[in-house]
Amino acid sequence: MSGRVVVTGIGLVSCAGEGIAAHLAAYASGEAPRTDTTTYAPYPVHPVAPLTLDAQIPKKSDQRQMEPWQRLGVYAAGLALDSAGLKDDARAKAAMHLVVAAGGGERDYAVDGAILTGLREAADPGAYLNERLQNDLRPTLFLAQLSNLLAGNISIVHGVTGASRTFMGEESAGVDALRIAQARIASGQVEAVMVGGSYSAERPDVMVVHELGGFLYKPDYRPVFSRGGDTNGGYVLGSAAAFLVLESGEHAAARGARTLAILAPVANDRVRRSPGSVRASLGRLVGEAGIAAPDVVLSGATGVADLADEEVAGVRAVLPDTRIRATGDIVGHPIEVAAPFGAALAAALCATGEAREVAVISVGHRRGEGVIRVLAA
Amino acid sequence: MTASSARDARGRPLVAVTGLGIVTSLGRGADETWAALTRGRSGIRAISRFPTEGLRTRIAGTVDFLDTDPLVAPLLSERFATVAGEEAIAQAGIGPSFPGALFIAVPPVEMEWPQRRELAEASGEAGEVTYAGLQRAAASRRFDAWHDLFIFGTVADRIAERFDTKGSPISLSTACSSGATAIQLGVEAIRRGEMRAALCIGTDGSVNPESLIRFSLLSALSTQNDPPEAASKPFSKNRDGFVMGEGAAALVLEDADAARARGATILGYVLGCGERGDGFHRTRSSPSGEPVIAAIRAALDDAGVGPDAIDTINAHGTSTPENDKMEALGCAAVFGERIARLPISSNKSMIGHTLTAAGAIEAAVSLLTIRHGRIPPTINYAVPDPALTLDVVAGARDARVSRVLSNSFGFGGQNTCLVFGDEPA
Repeated sequence: MSGRVVVTGIGLVSCAGEGIAAHLAAYASGEAPRTDTTTYAPYPVHPVAPLTLDAQIPKKSDQRQMEPWQRLGVYAAGLALDSAGLKDDARAKAAMHLVVAAGGGERDYAVDGAILTGLREAADPGAYLNERLQNDLRPTLFLAQLSNLLAGNISIVHGVTGASRTFMGEESAGVDALRIAQARIASGQVEAVMVGGSYSAERPDVMVVHELGGFLYKPDYRPVFSRGGDTNGGYVLGSAAAFLVLESGEHAAARGARTLAILAPVANDRVRRSPGSVRASLGRLVGEAGIAAPDVVLSGATGVADLADEEVAGVRAVLPDTRIRATGDIVGHPIEVAAPFGAALAAALCATGEAREVAVISVGHRRGEGVIRVLAA
Repeated sequence: MTASSARDARGRPLVAVTGLGIVTSLGRGADETWAALTRGRSGIRAISRFPTEGLRTRIAGTVDFLDTDPLVAPLLSERFATVAGEEAIAQAGIGPSFPGALFIAVPPVEMEWPQRRELAEASGEAGEVTYAGLQRAAASRRFDAWHDLFIFGTVADRIAERFDTKGSPISLSTACSSGATAIQLGVEAIRRGEMRAALCIGTDGSVNPESLIRFSLLSALSTQNDPPEAASKPFSKNRDGFVMGEGAAALVLEDADAARARGATILGYVLGCGERGDGFHRTRSSPSGEPVIAAIRAALDDAGVGPDAIDTINAHGTSTPENDKMEALGCAAVFGERIARLPISSNKSMIGHTLTAAGAIEAAVSLLTIRHGRIPPTINYAVPDPALTLDVVAGARDARVSRVLSNSFGFGGQNTCLVFGDEPA
């Protein structure tokens, strides 16, 4: 009951640009990712490259109905469909399922600020809040915030309407999305799934949430594995979206699709965090994922130093000589998208012959460890 | 219960339900909820949790007996899920370390206004409050505990810890069909042979000012505030929107072989799951009803039964003009003329629309319907909509029920249907 699951389409958008070639070039160059240290100072971010939205979201009305995180995702999903040669195949898209890893969407910062200012002097804060929210919230903003509406917009814009499921829960949601999509296809429960996620880092509200707990690295970018020292490091958020078209080997062969890579069953877990637990978990998961002789380890390390140290130690214990590259040094940390991005980049490396086997590692900043094995076809 | 059919007609492991737990505005526990539901009692009342002055809708089916501090959606959702999970696991007799994975439908999480206000005050800004000020307050380290409170994976993480479930817990959303999707994910995992048991939960404690106003701005909510218990009237001609509700339900799913081997009492079976996306509109269904029809048919097909095998429909039945019309249309297309004699009922008439939790709560009620041979009523069905040719159960009805179809539909083109049965198909 476990068939081959192949990657036939890849869609990528980040600070490195859009598409497979731009990301392979960024990977090859080893240069620091494009960073904006001023707009959201003191927090650096890796802002998404400018996109020609019309190319993937033809209707302005659709563009207007979405906030940036949804537009990035719908755009990348369109690139993935193009890459799979399915953009104009209405039947295939109507049968295709979606598994999306996502959080929620942007807030209206001006409205929030004005309400918080007004609440200071409000004689009746409850009534004031009710009145302002009723008058000032854009009715459609809700739909641009709902987690499952990224999938909904992909259905509307691209006609991918098999059925969708949205997984929430930061980094591990991205790993779980890949795991469930792979397992459903491998077991014959479904034949084709587009899996991925989208994250907009250019949002003051998420910086509040991640400053809580002290998880944001500042004031500028440094390589992910060089962020320790006086503090425990932290992450630089990156805007990114990544989607992969996955199919059963038979389904891809039947339509004459080009196989870019093979996605093996994903191994992940959630262990109670204590010193050494991540290291031990990863060591076990690398084995469970069947990692043999990878050409490179693509690490989704966040930049939180103690976790990064454990991750490297865990990987080194079982793969002493394999090069480890942090995807955070290419696109920053896109939370739910970290694992899908790593898997997509791994598939691209396999597709171009630059790698035969890639291990993608994810260690969530609060929970969840995952190992994804991608192989050349 | 025949021992021979631990696999379904397609050779897949048969999925049994061995435990269920419910929390709704009607009470704590399946017994309390069931008694109230079959008596036609409403849990909808005037909101007391926050000031409702100036709001168009001032009623909801809040759960007011499991408060948390602070009173925020993620903590309420976690508390409801814990209570429902404890009940389900105790009934299944499968604890204290749960031998399978957790699939939990949780509402999307956001920082809420009391916390924003506190950060604004702590920012020390004298003029306009800005997000830069909130960030400075966040950097004071005084509020660090709120990080976990307001990220998406925490509720699942804490529930996984509480019940010692195995593997990576999945937090999911398919909007108002989330609870059904949680069950579907569990069914699929057991059928794949990955695990012998799954804990599937839907939970929602998001009756707060902004959530209510967001739905209100979409004109989705009933504004018939007085009397509160009459506002939710699915399939009635004068229905004018849904009423927000809260609660949770938990189901222990098990590979029927494993359940029998350990001598567990089987409450029923999840026979089939069906789903279908809809790319027509962000909040409205395709006018043809085709995706709804496809989801119902997929569930029947997955269960290996025809429409005639269904004894009653636990409707999505939100009481919005659009949903009830499309659901009736979809059911009529699948069940044909029989839809006029096939009992259909909506629990939302009494507990409101529990959103993320609805699919799970209605699954639990479907199983109780089978077990008790009694279909809970759709209260407030005083003015039937003549355009809907349905046999709406206006008063609790005794009937032999072997199989129930439970429908769940949501914003974003989500359609998920489940088929439950007393015996394998």
